[in-house]
Formats: sequence, C-alpha cells, structure tokens
Amino acid sequence: MALAKRIIPCLDVDKGRVVKGVNFVGIRDAGDPVEVAKRYNEQGADEITFLDITATHEDRETTAHIVEQIATEVFIPLTVGGGIREIKDIRAMLNAGADKVGINSAAIHRPDFVKEAADRFGSQCIVIAIDAKRVADEADGRPRWEIFTHGGRKHTGINAVEWAIKMVNNGAGEVLLTSMDGDGTKAGYDLALTRAISDAVAVPVIASGGVGNLDHLVDGIIEGHADAVLAASIFHFGEFTVPEAKAYMAARGIEVRL
Amino acid sequence: MSKSSVAVIDYGMGNLHSVASALEKVGDGVKVIVTDCPDTILSADRVIFPGVGAIRDCMAELKSRGLDEVIQEVAAQKPLLGICLGMQALLETSEENGGVECLDVLPGAVKFFGSDLRDAAGGRLKVPHMGWNNVIQTIEHPLWAGIPDASRFYFVHSYYVDAPEFVAGSCDYGVQVHAALACDNVFAVQFHPEKSGDMGLRLLSNFLNWDRPAAFFPVTD
Repeated sequence: MALAKRIIPCLDVDKGRVVKGVNFVGIRDAGDPVEVAKRYNEQGADEITFLDITATHEDRETTAHIVEQIATEVFIPLTVGGGIREIKDIRAMLNAGADKVGINSAAIHRPDFVKEAADRFGSQCIVIAIDAKRVADEADGRPRWEIFTHGGRKHTGINAVEWAIKMVNNGAGEVLLTSMDGDGTKAGYDLALTRAISDAVAVPVIASGGVGNLDHLVDGIIEGHADAVLAASIFHFGEFTVPEAKAYMAARGIEVRL
Repeated sequence: MSKSSVAVIDYGMGNLHSVASALEKVGDGVKVIVTDCPDTILSADRVIFPGVGAIRDCMAELKSRGLDEVIQEVAAQKPLLGICLGMQALLETSEENGGVECLDVLPGAVKFFGSDLRDAAGGRLKVPHMGWNNVIQTIEHPLWAGIPDASRFYFVHSYYVDAPEFVAGSCDYGVQVHAALACDNVFAVQFHPEKSGDMGLRLLSNFLNWDRPAAFFPVTD
C-alpha cells in the first residue's frame, strides 16, 4: 500500500470537441468532451487533463463551460491548460470547477506569473507545463533539452531542466512535461528527459508525449521516474482502456488504484 | 419533514464548486448553501469547512469574517466536516508560514513533510503528497459506512496532521499521516472526498446522513 502512480487521460479540446494531433498536425476528432470525460471517470482514470488548443477568446469560454459541465458530474481531479495568461484566466477555470491549471508560455513571457499565481491560489493548483525538445548535447556530452513554444515551432533557448527547477522554486506544485519530439508519434516518452526533470525537482512530474503502447506507461514510471503518466490517443481511439493500462502496470509491480 | 440543509463555508480559500456539486449529487434534495454568513452557517443542520491554500491566509480570512468563532460554535453543536486545509485549521497549531495558531477545536499539530521524505525502503517521496493513497480506518465510524478499509482517496498537501487522539483514519507517506479525525460531532479529513470518486461521494453521503452521536446528549440516570 502506497501512493498510487496516476494514469491521466488527456483531452485536447478545440472548439468544443476532443481532438488529437500527430505532432500537432493531422487532427482527428475524438468526440464530445463531456462524454469522453465521463467515460474515463467510469473506467477509473485517476485524473483528467484538458488542454485547450483553441486560439480565440470566444472558444475559450466554450472550454470553461465544458469544464463546468464535467465538474458537476465527474468527481476526480481536473486540470485545465492552454490559454492561461493572467490571474483572471486561472480564477475563471477554478470557478468553472478545475482543480489545477497548467501554465505554459505565459510563464516564459513572465516567470513571476507562476509565483503570483501560486501566492494567490496555492501551489497545489499551479502546474507548470513544459514543452521540451532535445537539442545538441552539452559540451561535456550530456544531453540537453530546451523549451519550445507555439506547438514546438518556436525555440526559446531555455534549458528545460533548469526551467523546471526555477518554476518549482517559484511555487509550481506539479510539472506536466511533454516531449515535443515524442508527442503524437507513439514512440514512447523521452525517458531521459523525464528522469532528468523528475530527479531534479521535489514535486510530482507527469510524463507526456508519445505513448503508443502500455509498456510506454510502465517505462515512464520505472525508467522515467514519473509520478503520473498522461496519454491521449491510445485511450481515445479504443486501443486500450484505463483498466487495461492499470492492470498491465500493476502486473509489473507499479502501485496503481484499481 | 422538511429537507435538511448543509452550509459550505466560503471564506475565499479555493474553489467550492466541486464540494457543492458533490453534495448536490449525493444529497437527495438536501439544501446546499455556499456562504460566509455567520447566521446562515449557525442555522444550517450541518456544516462543511473546506479549504485549499496556505494556513496564514486561511486564518486571516476566517478572522476578518468573524468565522473563527462561528466554527468553534458549530463544532460544539452540530455535525461538522473539515476538509483538507479546513481539517488543519481545526487543530491547535500549524508549522506552515513560520507557525500559525489555529482554531484549537481538536488536539494536535500540523507539520511539514520535510524536504527529504523517504519511504520505508529509502525511496524518495515527492512533496506535495499528491494523488490516491490508502486510508486505514482506525476506528469504526458512521462516516466509514460502506467504505472498505484501505480504500484510496485523493490527497494534495505538503503539511500533515499529527494528532495525539481522536484518529479515525491514517495513511502512510514516509510518516504516519492522520488522514481522518473524529471527535463527537466533528469529523475531519485530509483528503478531498469531493475529488475521490465513488468512495468520496459515499463519505459525503454518510456525512449528510450522520445523526448526532448518542454520546453527545448527556444522559441523566
């Protein structure tokens, strides 16, 4: 008996629909978010994460409304990310029923935003979302990852491990780490990246980006030292259910909530 | 018979949407009132004291609204459920924010997990304690009705309760976390029943159906 490693289905929501892109292009429709969230709740998902990938303000209000509907029916933790730029955006999502918000590019523009948000709402609801890609190795041969924004198109030059440490020091209570190299490829998480960050920070780390089979979830926990594993398409398109994922992980000695 | 009411204390510490929704889901018509009004709280049949965030802000918000005394009064009168920071605030003191005096409704202190927390095998444990952990029921209690021992509940906290008595449930996370306390008409939980799926909903339902314990009424013989 111990704290369970969490399995978190992720819903990328665009204009009120669940979608899933492969490296953020080639988007496929995966259904109505309220129905999808209810299904994962019934399957025993440990949390649900929403990433609002819509561009416009109006559509973001749609997302808040969806979160509100889900929060009246699904009684497990909900995290909402995407488009969180100001304190009022956080308040709107928390009021809609989110338990945590993911802050991504707004923190890069203004690192103190995470500090202000954690001071205002508490670290427990501030997740630093990091999109990282592997770049040329350090001079001493160690791998190096840097932060990318705009769906992986814009390079910031920021060292991902140092950034995670800094954001946790600023008050982030959790790290949602997405490998942009892996995202949508079904080739598995970037385990070296996940491990480097998980070992560097005291707070829980959620591995994301690249899950194609159940071994990838196991590897994320055992090799990547992640505290939670996030996946989208393997669940959305019926390849695997959450109970199948949990049973597979439990059989490999991982503590899960069955 | 008119439906009973439950007041959810709103003092600016966190989102109460989930607590209210969960109560409405299991309440079978019970009136759910989210409020910071002392009179409304005092006249409700039952009271829930939730909360997330830091203890210093929590105590300051309570005092500025006159709710510290209201909660102490409720604790002496009717079913009260403290959740997460609401539980911690019911104790004597907390180590958070350099040391804060709390409401002293229940004996015990709130302590920091520390920066080098380890499990029994020496493995590093992350702080906050975030996620689903097993709660061992250390006493029988109406609020545990229908909930199997060692069921998992959802936790998120960096400070934990260490109480000398009235422990109703405990959880292992490097230290012995007193995950539930029960004393007369007061029950308090570190985890979030409103986020703990079916078992959490069952606990909330049990709270709404919890009669005041017989021992609470003095028996003259």
